[in-house]
Order: sequence, then structure tokens, then C-alpha cells
Amino acid sequence: MTDAATVEAVAASGHGDVHAHDPHATNTGISNEKLAMWAFLGSECLLFGGLISTFLLYKEKLELFPEFKGRTINQFGAEIFDIPFTSVSSFVLLMSSLTMVLAVSSISRNDRTRAMVWTGATALLGSGFIAGQVYEFTAFYREGLGYTTNIFSSAFYTLTGFHGVHVTIGILLLLVMLNQLLRGKLHAGNAEKLEIVGLYWHFVDVVWVVIFAVVYLIP
Amino acid sequence: MAIVEREPLALTTGSGPSAALAPLGVLARPTTSTGWRSWVTTVDHKKIGIMYGVCAFFFFLVGGFEALLIRIQLAQPNGTVLSASVYNQVYTMHALTMVFFVIMPMAAAFANYLMPIQIGARDVAFPRLNALSFWIWIFAGIFVTSSFVLGGGPDGGWFAYAPNTGVAFSPGHGMDFYAIGLQIGGLASLISSVNLIVTVLNMRAPGMNLFRMPVFTWMTFVVQVLLLFSLPVIALALFLLTFDRRFGANFFNVEQGADPLLWQHLFWIFGHPEVYILILPAFGIVSEVIPVFSRKPIYGYPFMVFSGIAIGFMGWGVWAHHMFASGLGPISVMAFSLSTMFIAVPTGVKILNWMATMWGGKIRFTASMLFAVGLVAMFTIGGLSGVTHAIAPADTQQTDTYYIVAHFHYVLFGGAIMGLFAGMYFWWPKIFGYLLSEKLGKWHFWVTLVGFNLTFGPMHILGLQGMSRRIVTYQETDGFTFWNGVATLGAFMIAAGTLIFLHNAFYSLSKWRKAGRPNPGPDPWDARSLEWMIPSPTPEHNFDEVPVIHSLDDFWHRKYGEDAEGRAVRIRATEDVVQKGTATDVHLPAPSYFPMLLGLSFPIIGYGLIFNLWLCIPGGLLLVFSLFGWGYEPVDNEDLPHGDHGGHDDHGGEHAGHAEEVSVD
Amino acid sequence: MSTETATVSSPGHEPASAHDDHAHHGPSDKQYLVVAAVLAVFTAIEVLTYFVDFGSALVPTLLALMVIKFALIILYFMHLKFDDKLLLRIFVAGLVLALAVYFVVFFAFKFFSAGVPH
Repeated sequence: MTDAATVEAVAASGHGDVHAHDPHATNTGISNEKLAMWAFLGSECLLFGGLISTFLLYKEKLELFPEFKGRTINQFGAEIFDIPFTSVSSFVLLMSSLTMVLAVSSISRNDRTRAMVWTGATALLGSGFIAGQVYEFTAFYREGLGYTTNIFSSAFYTLTGFHGVHVTIGILLLLVMLNQLLRGKLHAGNAEKLEIVGLYWHFVDVVWVVIFAVVYLIP
Repeated sequence: MAIVEREPLALTTGSGPSAALAPLGVLARPTTSTGWRSWVTTVDHKKIGIMYGVCAFFFFLVGGFEALLIRIQLAQPNGTVLSASVYNQVYTMHALTMVFFVIMPMAAAFANYLMPIQIGARDVAFPRLNALSFWIWIFAGIFVTSSFVLGGGPDGGWFAYAPNTGVAFSPGHGMDFYAIGLQIGGLASLISSVNLIVTVLNMRAPGMNLFRMPVFTWMTFVVQVLLLFSLPVIALALFLLTFDRRFGANFFNVEQGADPLLWQHLFWIFGHPEVYILILPAFGIVSEVIPVFSRKPIYGYPFMVFSGIAIGFMGWGVWAHHMFASGLGPISVMAFSLSTMFIAVPTGVKILNWMATMWGGKIRFTASMLFAVGLVAMFTIGGLSGVTHAIAPADTQQTDTYYIVAHFHYVLFGGAIMGLFAGMYFWWPKIFGYLLSEKLGKWHFWVTLVGFNLTFGPMHILGLQGMSRRIVTYQETDGFTFWNGVATLGAFMIAAGTLIFLHNAFYSLSKWRKAGRPNPGPDPWDARSLEWMIPSPTPEHNFDEVPVIHSLDDFWHRKYGEDAEGRAVRIRATEDVVQKGTATDVHLPAPSYFPMLLGLSFPIIGYGLIFNLWLCIPGGLLLVFSLFGWGYEPVDNEDLPHGDHGGHDDHGGEHAGHAEEVSVD
Repeated sequence: MSTETATVSSPGHEPASAHDDHAHHGPSDKQYLVVAAVLAVFTAIEVLTYFVDFGSALVPTLLALMVIKFALIILYFMHLKFDDKLLLRIFVAGLVLALAVYFVVFFAFKFFSAGVPH
């Protein structure tokens, strides 16, 4: 716990660096855990980029197959997708990012109660999104779009499935955080834990921003 | 002796936050420091490095055996030693073994052991994750290799082009072992890459800014960044293949309109950075070895660093040169041909800088130096053939022939493996506390060098004569017989060289013991970087005092100043510069069972996915149990006295501009 | 590389303790709400494209809105606007690499040339 003045004084005296005495000090000033999460998120861009690219390639390819199974893919997409429903799901996920930042903001102020409320809300909204996905996919399946139906469907379900798994893992992480809050193990001093879970959560939301536009809306 | 925090709860009074850390009975942290359990539960980067190295060397023997089988089969036309189906498995597994279970983990061995010490740290950023990476990796290696006795190994080549490797054309389990095994192995490397990136960025000693880090650490860092961004791409490809094979997805189902080139692009977007992942650690090693045995600093340190970064960066823009004959079309081919030609430049910079380092230096041709110079020479040859591949029309003839096989063995064996051997001879005393025999080392080098050139040199000729890759045999009338015979002879020479090395390891150990275990000292080579400033073998806690760094090659400059002509002049005896290793109050992270247990869950799930889905349940349960155990096991208690205020900052005396050492407390 | 003065050289950063959080900077709760409201409005416009004919402006609009929403979440919710630039660089590195690499794949598959069956 060194303040700036001490750092300066020690540095000026030429007696070397105080790093050795703060076991949590890092060269960059960013905690190991936060840096690790950002590195991981950077790598996830390559994973989701690939999934989205595969989807786009195969969607376009299927469009070039005239009358696949008696229908072109545009009709397929337009008939199958329920944009109003998916819009609500997307909105739900978006709002969960809001509740997430509010949770982090609360715990930074040591407001454990609010942090629990907002964290719980985030997990709930996330679960709502997943429920929406499950409902949607069941409906698609009943209308004839199964996982193995064609290249579009395989790519679609794989992309959204990977996203859904990521959301689910996020919900589990949030539940762990909720548990920690309940037991008093999370407070302003280690609020960064919740912030890091938040980073993961927002990333998963941001991937959906791209998926919603590129998969559902852009013809 | 370092304090390893074994029973944190025993040292508290039971009140305060530590009381809330009360573990479930089964989750108490292990306490052994000797015996096999200390290895299974270790989170010490040095022990983990040794485990990587030993296991990688074992796989080197496995992969070498596979290579000998190939060479025996190809020694004569119409060979009947191996059936075509077995042959396909052998060459696929030879490549998989060498790439994923030898070169990468051997580099990881050096990176894990040395990099934290070279930056003045006590361990990596996430010690348990480090152990996890090792366990996931070794289980992946066992998993993939077990395929031989569980229905047959993967047989689609290491690059596994779909749809050939789909379930229609590869109906056995072999390719499932490939897809799932590499997925598991990739996870190990991904976790490790995050760990080491954070370590390099965050845990350097005071004064160790990025441009004072040794070149080996820099190359390791670039490799981790490459891993971080390339592994997700092959993970994706492997997922798509697995979903096709297991769940009937259509990613590579051409009847449904899928495009086989999708696999090729995804694989090579990973695959090309992968080859730089394979070679850069060896480049880093020789960048340490050559200066020491030339008694000169590395020539053009900034260029060495930036060329490594450039290789990492440019490596992303060349992948389709593996696909010149796949029907990409002239524009793509031209673009990738150009980019491939450019990437030779930063590597050329390195070759020139190594030679310039040696030029005018006082050279000692130790075994380590021989291997390092061997890399420079052999990699140059391999690089030159690589440049010929860059010219797409020429590559159209060369691709899928033995000319390519020659190229990549020159860069991977003549490059990576020789560099790794250079590292073994160089750092052996630091790691194990005794020196390898120089005489046997020289025999090892020369036998290997001659054997290697006899094996792969003729393959250039064979390739240009039209001998195809991956063929089980050839005809007498092809005219390939003579050089194949030479190559097989060479392969057995390599085997002999490897046996010499093995003999060296055990013989030197036995000789050392008989001589009463004389310590080689902290700095037997009169070297330059921080790992030589601490005793051999490295104490568990690495540094007594975290050093304060004032320049590149800080250790060297504590020993040597410069006279008026800029020549090195001894200013301090080594004994006065090195640390004694006697600190007793250093706080180290406690060992843990959970990395191993968590790692074990993956192959169980893998076997389940292949043979019986019910197996995934115990695997999944072990996964969940291990995650919880990991999360809830007692962590280092912050209320405990930490060793840092017992340790002193080490300023290196006069070099730092002080008259005497000052301890800051 | 001889003697240097004993300056403390950390790479431009002060040593941070765990308490040195973003107590001084970062959006307030109110600002978060504003960002969320903006995101909601943009999403509404996106959904509007399903009901109203945007003509040739459809794809550019959707892409632009997507990018803006992406940026808002990254910069504000994920705090990158206020954090050390290193984190932004790490993430952008992954993002740019992904975009570059997959764009090249699209070109190789002639994704952008109209109606070429392959």
C-alpha cells in the first residue's frame, strides 16, 4: 500500500524499486487475472470469427443452390426466423449487460445487497435468453431445420450453440459470484473478481450483437 | 530452504477471513516435497519444465521409432514391412508425435523452466494453471498414442484433410482420436499461452523492461501470442470435423454443398503460425548459446527482437502457400506467393546476426555450441528450399513430393531439434546440477549431423525426381531405390546419435555420482543471463533476493566492465556476484492435486465420446469436482508472513552506481 | 552497455496495488443507464429494418449499428475507454487479426463476387 509520494521518494533516493515489497504489484499496473481475461477474450475473437465466417460462407453457398429442398434459403430464413421473438431475446441479453455493470459498480462501493440483486438479475436475464434460444431452436427443428439438414443449418446451430454454451458458462460463473456475495467473500477490496466475470459476460453479449445482425437481420 | 506453504490453516489462530476458508476434508492441500507425489502435485515451474522435458524426450523416442518404421518400409521398392493402412497410421502418428508431443512440449520445458528465472520472477503468473497445462498435455499425448491399441491410429496425415477424414472415408476411430486428442492438447497450450503472456508482461523484476529481456524470453513471448490467436482456429476446425463425424453435421459433406477448402483454410491458418511456434523457441535458444560461446553479446539485439516479432506477425499472411495446388485461383496464389517470399527476410536477419555474433568472437565449440551452429547451417538450407516453395509455379511440381519432406525436416530437425539439443547441453548443469560429457556430446552432434544430412539431403533429389509423399512404397523402375537406401541408412545413424545422447545423460550422471557429486557451480559457461546468477541446480525459490536490473545481460555486466577499447574486463569474481541460494523465508505457492485430476477428466470424456457416451458422465463429474476443489482449496493465506520483507533488493553493487549494496526494507 | 545510473525503470507505470482501482474514473451508474438506453434504441432501429423497407441502405445500416453497439459495449461496459491502453491493444489485436484472416478466406472463396456458383 504505497502512495505516489513514497514511490517518488524511494525512486529519487536511488534505492531501487518498491515492487519487491508489494506482492500484488505488476509491471503493467494491471492485475494478472484481468490481463489474463483480456488475452483470453482476444483469442475468442478468432473462434467466433471463424464460426461466423463458416456460417456466412455456407449461407451464401446454399443461396446459390437453386431451390434446395424446394425452397431457396432466403425463403427458408424468412420463414424460419421469428425476428420479433429473437429481438426480444437480444434485448434481454443486452439489458443483462446493464445489470452486470450495475452489479460491479455496486460491489465497488461495497454495496453487497445491490450487488447481489444486480448479479442475480444478470443471471436471470441470461437464463431468459437461453430459454428463448431453446424455444426458438425447438420451433425451428419442428419446422424442418435440424442440425444435420443442410450446411446452413449445421453452421447456424453450431454458431448459436457455441454462443449459447458460452452464455451458460457465464451464468454458472455468475452463480458462483452470487454465492461468494452471499457468503460475504466478495467486497470492495476484491471487487475485481466480479469485474472480470463481467468482462466475460459483456464479451458474450457483444458476440451476440454481431450474430443478431449478421445471422438474423442481414439477408 | 524455502517455505512452501503446506498447512496455511495451521498457522492461523482460526479467526478472521482464514476461518471462512475451512476446506472440506478431502480438499486439504498436499504437503509432500519428495517422492512421486511431489511431482504429481507440484506447481513449481521448474519441476513442471522437467516433466515436460522428460515426457517430450520419451515421445521423441516413440516418434523416432515410427520414423525408423517408415524408413525400413521405404528402404527398398515394393516394401512389405508395413501394410498401406498401417503405413498411413505410422506416418500420421510420426508427424503428430513429433510436432505436438516432442517439439512443442520440449520448447515448453525450456520456456517453463527458464523464462521466469530470466525475467527475475519466482514463478509464473498462475502456478496451478501451469501444472494443469502439463497434465492436460501429457494425457492428450497418451490419449492420441493409445489409438494404436484401440482400433488403429489416425491415418489421414497430420493435416487431416476433410472430407477424406470424415466418417465416410475414414470410418474407424483413428481420426476421432486425432480430432479429440488434438483438441485436448490445444487446450493445454492455450491455457499456457495466457499464463506465460501475463507472466512476461506482469512479473518482470524491477528494471527488467521489455528490451532488457533475453532473446529466448522474447521468442517465447512471441510464440505464446501466436498460440493464443492460432489455437482457436484449429479448435474450430477440429470441432467442425468432430461434429461431422459424431453428429452428422455437414461441414465437409460435399454432397450437401460443403467445400473441402474450408478445412484446408482453417487448418493452415493455424498450421502456418504453428510452424513458427515450432522454430522460434529454438531460435531463442541459439540466441543465448551463440553469444556465450563467442564471448560476445548478440549482434543487433533490437533486430533479433523485432525480427522475431515480424516473423510472428507475417506468419499470419502466408498460410495458403500450403494450398497452392488446391485450386485457389491465380489471385490468391499470387498474393500468398509474394507474402511467403517476404517472410524469408526476418529469418535471414537472424541468420546474419548469429553469424555476426560469432565473427571476431572467441569461440568455444562446446557440444551446445556445435548444435547451435548446426541449427544456423541446417536451417539456412531448409529456409532456402522454403524460398523455392514460395515460387508458386515451382511449388506446383514440388508440393506433395519428398522435396517438401526434405524442406520441413531441415527446418524442423536441423532447426528446431538441433536448437533444442543445444539448449539441453547448455542448461543441463543448471537444471540437474551436473555437466553432460562434452566428448560424448560431440560424438552425438557429429553422428547426428551426418546421419541427418544423409537422411534428408537425398530427399530433395527424390522429390524433384517425382517421388510422392505419403506413399507406402514405390517401384524398382521409378529409380528411387538408391537414395531411399541412403536415407534409411542416415535414419539409423540419427538413431545411433540419439542413443549416444541417452548414454551421455546416464553415463554423466553415474560418473558425477561416483566423483562425489561435484557441483558445476552456478555459472559453468561464464554466461550472460539471470539464470546463471543462482546456484545449480536451481533452488526451489529461484532468487534469494529479487534482482534489480540495469541493462540487457545484467548478470554479465555485474561480472565484466569495459576497458577504454571496449573490451570486457573482469570487475568482480563470479562468487561475489552470484546468489547463494540460502534464503529461508521465501513464500511459495502450495502444491495441489487438482491440476492433475482436472487434466485427467479430459481423456475420460474423450474416450467416452469415441466409445461410449456413458463414460462422459464420470469424466464430467471429475471435471466438476476438480473445478470445485480447485476453487475451494485453501489458497495462500495473505495474513501469513510473506518472505518479501526478508528478502533484499539486489542492486549488483558498483554496477548500479552505488558504493555498497543497500537493502531496502 | 556499461554502468548506468540507478534509475528505477519500470515501463512507464506506477506500481499498482490492489486498491488502485477505477475509483477515480469510469462511468457513473447514470452514464451506464444512458449507454444502455442508446443500445436499446439502436437495437430498436435494427429490428425496424425487418418491418420497414430500407432499400439499398439496409445492409450498411445494420452493419453500422452493429459496429456502434459493439464499440459502446467494449468501451463503456467493458471499461476499455478508461483502462490502460494495453488491454485495448490486446483485444483489438485479436479482433483485427480475426477480421483480416477471415476476410482473406472470404476472398479466396469468392464470397464477394456476385452469383458465382462454386
